[in-house]
Amino acid sequence: MGKTGDSGVEERPKWDNKIQYLLTCIGFAVGLGNIWRFPYLCQIYGGGAFLIPYLIALVFEGLPLLYLELAIGQRLRMGSIGVWKSISPLLGGVGIASMIVSFLVSIFYNTIIAWVLWYFFHSFQNPLPWSQCPLNDNHTGYDVECEKSTSVNYFWYRQTLNITPDIETSGSLQWWLVICLASAWCVVYICFIKGIESMGKAVYVTATFPYLVLTIFLVRALTLPGATDGLVYLFTPDWEILKNPQVWLDAATQIFFSLSVAFGGLIAFSSYNSERNNCERDAVLVGVINSATSLYASISIFSILGFKATNAYNSCREDNILDLTNHFELSDQNMTLENYYQWYDYLNSTFPDEVASLPLKSCNLQTFLDQSASGTGLAFIVFTEAVMEMPGSQVWAILFFIMLLSLGLSSMFGNIEGVLTPMHDLKIVPKWIPNEVLTAIICLASFLMSLIFTLGSGNYWVEVFNGYVGSVPLLIIAFFEIIGVIYVYGMKNFSEDIYFMTGSRPNIYWKACWMVISPIMLLAVLIAYVGLQAQKHPTYPTWNPDYELFPQTQVKDYPDWVFAIILLLCIVPVISIPVVALYELICCKIQRSSARAEPSPYCNDGFVVETQEQNNQRF
Amino acid sequence: MLEKILILLCLSSALAEQPCKPDASDGYKVRLSIKTALGDEAYVWNENEMFLFRATLAFAMRSHLNGQEFDVSNIIVCDETPRVTFWFVVTSPLNTSGLVDKGVVEEAIRMSRNRINSAFLLTDKTLEFIGITPTLTAPVNPDTPPWLIVFGVVMGAVGAGIIVVLVSPLVLKKRKKNEETDEDEEETGVKAVENGSTREGVYNMSFSDDERLTQM
Repeated sequence: MGKTGDSGVEERPKWDNKIQYLLTCIGFAVGLGNIWRFPYLCQIYGGGAFLIPYLIALVFEGLPLLYLELAIGQRLRMGSIGVWKSISPLLGGVGIASMIVSFLVSIFYNTIIAWVLWYFFHSFQNPLPWSQCPLNDNHTGYDVECEKSTSVNYFWYRQTLNITPDIETSGSLQWWLVICLASAWCVVYICFIKGIESMGKAVYVTATFPYLVLTIFLVRALTLPGATDGLVYLFTPDWEILKNPQVWLDAATQIFFSLSVAFGGLIAFSSYNSERNNCERDAVLVGVINSATSLYASISIFSILGFKATNAYNSCREDNILDLTNHFELSDQNMTLENYYQWYDYLNSTFPDEVASLPLKSCNLQTFLDQSASGTGLAFIVFTEAVMEMPGSQVWAILFFIMLLSLGLSSMFGNIEGVLTPMHDLKIVPKWIPNEVLTAIICLASFLMSLIFTLGSGNYWVEVFNGYVGSVPLLIIAFFEIIGVIYVYGMKNFSEDIYFMTGSRPNIYWKACWMVISPIMLLAVLIAYVGLQAQKHPTYPTWNPDYELFPQTQVKDYPDWVFAIILLLCIVPVISIPVVALYELICCKIQRSSARAEPSPYCNDGFVVETQEQNNQRF
Repeated sequence: MLEKILILLCLSSALAEQPCKPDASDGYKVRLSIKTALGDEAYVWNENEMFLFRATLAFAMRSHLNGQEFDVSNIIVCDETPRVTFWFVVTSPLNTSGLVDKGVVEEAIRMSRNRINSAFLLTDKTLEFIGITPTLTAPVNPDTPPWLIVFGVVMGAVGAGIIVVLVSPLVLKKRKKNEETDEDEEETGVKAVENGSTREGVYNMSFSDDERLTQM
């Protein structure tokens, strides 16, 4: 099946089979956040105890929203703009907001994929380039910046990003990042050329490969020493943490952003389904698999991190052993890791002054396990360091970065879909432009806009976008989505639609969630989130080699113009909701007042809506 | 008189032994970590190994200062510890009581560092001359960075894929059009056949939606 564009009638594309659709939705939901955000949250919020607020948020907030989006897309068979316009012309702004957010997110998300590509290209070298410091100019020692921090940090901040000391210093375009970004967009384009026909085939690989790699890493990590320490540390529950409201807020936001609702992509994907498809089962499946993937990924990641912490702990003690052996002229290898503590006690009691004079480090496994990181820090610094210490590091690095690439690409598909399908709905694109060209134009425009992130200060801008575009606007859009469907479209209509599609009406759990629990939760999360952000002036960590406490990151305030941009990023997507509503109200009043002069059977609002639906569904 | 000569002899012999002492101004401390380097295959440090060390150092001095014939006896070792560290000084073959300058010794060792290391199956880290930092190996810089090669391969594949996917439907269309024009020329008289190609019609979905339309 396909499009019969020649005959002038456009038929809606369809999924080849159910598996494609499920894999695409799962791929969209499972993204980089499952790998590098959830394990971090689990770790800092008391391990096993965090699962409780997380699962509660999934059941009462995540699954209802997911089911709502899939159902509405499947029923009304249009992208986000078309769907909301169908429900009520006043809600058309919700679709436009989704489209703008999808566009902004896809711009910075592909920059992260460009970084992953850069590391991937560099993983084919022996030795790995982030394992050694380069020499300084006159070859007398190592580069100063690299000496003070580590070679891994240096490779990330200097050789990859070439980062400037703060966001105000823009620096210049880094040509290597530009070509990586270009290749990232080309890869996205080739997967999207034929719309869901090509994308549906690409997801067979991109959605399943990460699971394979996670399993391989898990098996490998469990054979390395120290893996169990990491796992125990991760899952040891600290029940006291549940009293902290920040934990509940973070759990709710994590579930919300992890499921990728409110982007419009899920609505678009389910609109390509056949009408009688059990979307309830799909929604539960996608939601549960997303959370299970987060859990599985954190097990893999933390086994590796446990191995890394054990290694660091051992090398710390070995440095101490070397110092002691050299100072006291003991026989080589007489003091080993096993008898370190006995020797140390003996030497400390016999020669306390000499021992105190030595620069011994205090080695504690817990401190090394506590060194947590999330986000790009986890992937590009902590994990690359861990991979260096594993035998056969090139293979593990390549596998890891291909996994990140697949995760990022499958999420990008959803973002791009959230931009392309509404464009078709808006019908602003002339018919003679083929879809391939439209996709190419969108990819090119996004590439040019994302060149900002290849500047010296690019990483700081990615953090700005990540923190503010992908958070508050989504919460607002989701809130309006639920209110729009349940209260404007009507719970009764929606139940009838679901009965038509799945054969059974939604049960009391779904109804209770949609009508009461989820909107209240969303509103609470939104207010708490905005409240917390507004309490203090936003700051950001910078990499400044001239800082006194370098290699610690220096925390600086955002300058005012950046703050203004942040506000714009939060407001511009959601401003379309009230603007379109006002526009429709004014337009409709004008229409009504002019139509009253000549009463005609076509002026009935309900009739207008239905004929729109009929027209769209006939084709 | 005899006593004076005896005292002088004793003093001179004492002085002759004094050149090598810990923290000698012209001496260096050496530290070996044999077990760390070789593990189970570590050899025991004994007199013979010490002889080899002195011989290797004499070789290094000879290579550096061409012409001066250093001998094993010119390398004086003292203050050996179980760690296997010791101090050594180098006396000049021309003047047995004079020590060779520290800087000269350092240069000689730097030049032949590799040979000294391999004589003992050790590395710069396990055979340390305290005070002589090992020269850092310059990193290998290939002419084409390897990452550009991988990038070229990946981008080439992606670019070729894009071109193939975009061009192949156009080629197919052209072929179809050629076939259709051929068919039209053949069948201008027979109109009945034109009507028979119902496959080229558009599937009218509104008929299948009939059920829905009545669900008011």
